Amino acid sequence: MNLVTFSGPPSSGKTAVILKTIEAIQQRGLNVGVVKFDCLYTDDDELYRKAGVPVKKGLSGSLCPDHYFVSNIEEVVQWGREKELDLLITESAGLCNRCSPYIKDIKAICVIDNLSGINTPKKIGPMLKTADIVVITKGDIVSQAEREVFASRVSTVNPDAMVMNVNGLTGQGAYEFSTLLFDENDHIDTVTGKKLRFSMPSAMCSYCLGETRIGEEHQLGNVRKIELGDE
Amino acid sequence: MIIKDKLKSSTVNEIIEQYPYTESFFEDQKLAVDDQEKTLEEIYAGLTVEEREDVVFDLDQFADSLSSHIKNMQEFLGENDSVVAKLSILAGNNKDGKKENYDKLDIHSGEIISIVGPTGSGKSRLLADIEWTAQGDTPTERQILINDEVPDKKWRFTGGKKLVAQLSQNMNFVMDLSVIEFLNLHAESRLIDNQAEVVERIFNEANRLAGEQFGREAQITSLSGGQSRALMIADTAILSSSPIILIDEIENAGIDREKALELLVGEEKIVLMATHDPILALMGDKRIIINNGGIKNIIDTTAEEKELMQELKVLDKVLTDLRNDLRYGKNLSRISEELAAVKNT
Repeated sequence: MNLVTFSGPPSSGKTAVILKTIEAIQQRGLNVGVVKFDCLYTDDDELYRKAGVPVKKGLSGSLCPDHYFVSNIEEVVQWGREKELDLLITESAGLCNRCSPYIKDIKAICVIDNLSGINTPKKIGPMLKTADIVVITKGDIVSQAEREVFASRVSTVNPDAMVMNVNGLTGQGAYEFSTLLFDENDHIDTVTGKKLRFSMPSAMCSYCLGETRIGEEHQLGNVRKIELGDE
Repeated sequence: MIIKDKLKSSTVNEIIEQYPYTESFFEDQKLAVDDQEKTLEEIYAGLTVEEREDVVFDLDQFADSLSSHIKNMQEFLGENDSVVAKLSILAGNNKDGKKENYDKLDIHSGEIISIVGPTGSGKSRLLADIEWTAQGDTPTERQILINDEVPDKKWRFTGGKKLVAQLSQNMNFVMDLSVIEFLNLHAESRLIDNQAEVVERIFNEANRLAGEQFGREAQITSLSGGQSRALMIADTAILSSSPIILIDEIENAGIDREKALELLVGEEKIVLMATHDPILALMGDKRIIINNGGIKNIIDTTAEEKELMQELKVLDKVLTDLRNDLRYGKNLSRISEELAAVKNT
């Protein structure tokens, strides 16, 4: 089985891109499944189900979605093997812009959209910087110039990535993208023992443990202070 | 890698001096550079935990990334190797798996090719094949050649330079910038030398295409449909790195379509234009008829059709004049006599 991790800011078009890409992969007779990670709510699993794709969803609730992801990824891989998938896709939203769910030696895709503003590539850090392929969406509604500027900013932040434009509505580019996802020589039976590409967002403070009161005396553990002094 | 080790022991100033475009790289990577006279090794040695987290990469990865960036930019700046003088599309199959009804289509720079066919007939697939420089590895199994050769894979994978630029109906500007700020931003990303001159030229050309003039300081998001389209076309013609331009219809309102096409072709671009408008379609040197996922026919625009286009332009002018009269509050009158008069001149 091949494993591919998708990540990207909320509403950047991850699900639309994956659905169009799966269409192309299914035509090659491959069996694809998806596990969708989200925080509080998602009904994207319905969209996958409608497309005839085996799907599971995991909601992290009050936990950091990335920590939830990494604590469950091995079980997810085993689910994919049980379903005899050729390709297992995990989809997770980069909710805090510091997200980094990518695993070493596992293909990592970042989906980011043209509408999010030209400074976004700079803002989203490890999720973009450590991806193998960056997919840029919503290219049909912004000008050519903005597309070019946006793509060049992405390339500055992650010069090693392959940068592709895929249209999640029309599917333009999805076939081409799909050819990069599956490699018949790749076999993942387990991810136990593998490592993350970059550490997850970390915190261990009183608020992680349920503290709700505000004030210095209630702040324990890993606490960082904003600099408000005059420059 | 020698270059990587050399980068590590160079100061930021030395690197920027040798590769000026790395200045934005340092900024976008959020490496906390307190003193540009320090080498990368020294800077990394002094980073706090938070600063390390901000930059994500360790020294090795950072040097790798920097050398990839330099390589990308050198390729990007080496424009000469990427002149597309001729694009060839070799026949593949239609949706039924039957071979397309032609063998090879050659398109030269400066040519306009119209693409006609009903919705869903395979126009986007054709464009996608060109953009991907297909080598029999797409559903149509078409093959694309550039200058009679199998193209370099770089067209598929590099971020900065794509083979095909697109202009479609529902494109908008989304940045909050003035016209001049916007053009400067685009020019900066292309790293051109004579920026001020080029920006001025685009501004003037855009105004020449637009029905209603706009100023340098106008916000791009507040331009009218025609003005936006004019600015996009002038900008794409003059500043886009892509040698092939795909246009998905140009609406008739607020823009001089003939001048727009002249501008694009004048910049030695190849123009592919999906359209259902007879005037636009006949402006092409050839038109490709697409049906059932395949190219059904390729028609050269005939002499008679060129004459027809002159007649269509008369009709078009009459309508444009009526539109202007309406806009400036005049009463409209019957056109039959006027039509005859214009046609006779």
